[in-house]
Amino acid sequence: MTTLLRPWHYDFFVHGIIAATLVGALCGLIGVYVVLRHMSYIGHGLSHAIFGGAVVSYVLQWNFYIGAGLYGFLAAVLINATARKRQIGADAAIGVITTASFAFGVALISRVRHFTTNFEAALFGNILGVTVSDLWVIAGVSVLTVIALFFVYKQLLFTTFDPEVAPTYGVPTQKIETLFALILASALIASMQVMGVTLIAAALVIPAVISRLLTDSFSKLLLYATAIGAFCGLAGMYLSFYIDVASGATIVLMAAAIFTVVITVVLLRQRRQRITIGMNRSPAFLPSTDAHLFD
Amino acid sequence: MEPLINFDNVTCGYDDKAVLEDVSFRIMPGQFVGLVGPSGSGKTTLLRTIMGLIRPAAGSVHMLGQLVHGRSAARIGYVPQLETVDWNFPVTVEQVVLMGRTMRSGIWPWPNKETRARMATVLERLGIGELAKRHIRMLSGGQQQRVFLARALLSEPDLLLLDEPTSNVDIRTRDEILHLLADLNRDGIAVLLTTHELNSVATHLPWVICLNKTVIAQGRPSGIFTSDVLSRTFNAEMMVIKQGDLLLVADKPHRFDDLAKSSAGLPDVIAAPRLSKRNGNGLALAASNQHDDY
Repeated sequence: MTTLLRPWHYDFFVHGIIAATLVGALCGLIGVYVVLRHMSYIGHGLSHAIFGGAVVSYVLQWNFYIGAGLYGFLAAVLINATARKRQIGADAAIGVITTASFAFGVALISRVRHFTTNFEAALFGNILGVTVSDLWVIAGVSVLTVIALFFVYKQLLFTTFDPEVAPTYGVPTQKIETLFALILASALIASMQVMGVTLIAAALVIPAVISRLLTDSFSKLLLYATAIGAFCGLAGMYLSFYIDVASGATIVLMAAAIFTVVITVVLLRQRRQRITIGMNRSPAFLPSTDAHLFD
Repeated sequence: MEPLINFDNVTCGYDDKAVLEDVSFRIMPGQFVGLVGPSGSGKTTLLRTIMGLIRPAAGSVHMLGQLVHGRSAARIGYVPQLETVDWNFPVTVEQVVLMGRTMRSGIWPWPNKETRARMATVLERLGIGELAKRHIRMLSGGQQQRVFLARALLSEPDLLLLDEPTSNVDIRTRDEILHLLADLNRDGIAVLLTTHELNSVATHLPWVICLNKTVIAQGRPSGIFTSDVLSRTFNAEMMVIKQGDLLLVADKPHRFDDLAKSSAGLPDVIAAPRLSKRNGNGLALAASNQHDDY
């Protein structure tokens, strides 16, 4: 027990673990929509675009959150608009816009050499540097995200499931898409300090993918992904403290370990079901072999 | 009476490519219409134009007298092609059906009492009440079609648009779906469906539009289903056989000319009781007569 409580004597750990848990939950929640929209690559790409914004705000001596926020939101809207062009496609649009933005950031850094330390923090996360004001930003973004997702739950579900048809039923698809782009950009900016540009995508995608293996219910999926994301943040921070490894990396590795366990159990269950069915029934009556653990 | 839909010399498509050219037709409130044409003839594009998802490059689309501009004046219930649905998406039958009333079921994420009651009525009517909590993947083709029909009906539409509702379902399910649509049409809902099933159209639908980038013909199946119209619509030789009230459409087999030379003429050769069987010369036919409802 003493061992478990020991890290709590350090302020940096307290700040870090609160930030990591909140960021894990936030990314887990939004990640459900990202994964179901087949936009897993966007988390990766958008965080790189925001990196460009972070460098620009540093050079212009703007507040990081305002500069990176504006940049990220513009990049998200631009990606959405470009992705609608049939001959380009979402993946290519993300590839062009975000890598160009990232390259712009790197180019600026090469001109402003004294940014190198912050550059590393932005790339790989720096949980030790989380301040009280950072915590307020993360908490504020998390609360606003939950409120927004609560009130547009039905509209966002419809546009995620059937984006082409939703407008026919009166859903203001464009507004919902813009709101989601804003939420996603805000969440990525709030998470950047903890996860770093290179690892945010994993925090977005892995909890949602694990949860998808556990349930077929959309509302449960949101709950599970949020809980798994929070757990990975919490446990990853503890692990990071004891094994002295970068926090962003331990959080992602924790999530990857849970994914490996869950997918192994699901595959084994499916195999066992097939064998049982094969012994009792003729192959013509083989039902779906879905094996959701919690359903 | 104001037409429900009025296409006036509409040309539209995607980017610079015109899919529909100079299309004109009208659909009146309460009408039951079939839209037939080959793949790529613009059937789905036409439905999307009615929904306001595609803007005409030329001409105009009016719905109940109002120009369709992004949003339609009438309530539309749309049933997509089953192949376009993501069947692994984590939603239950109930959740999909409730989408039909997304903007009219209160501000909370859960549906209000009125919406729940309406949904229960619609699900019961379509015979899928017991499946409400089931995941959409765990349904048969006919049940899946009914789920999306239920979503459309929950929006209390003036017009039902169905994209290939009879594709990839067995004959019995196809018949059930068409009868169900006829029932809904009797309640006053206009229906426009796209299909490749010409004999089903001839049997069940009172009005047909033949489309191949433009309207080739429109009218009662008995009036417009001729070899000439269907051949121009499908860019392939088609045979239409009329025997009393029966109207049969079939592909022209390669050996038909030889067959015709060696027989007294197909309609006389094939007697009505034998129509549902293969005739032994590779000509597959399905018997149909105009539906009793019309």
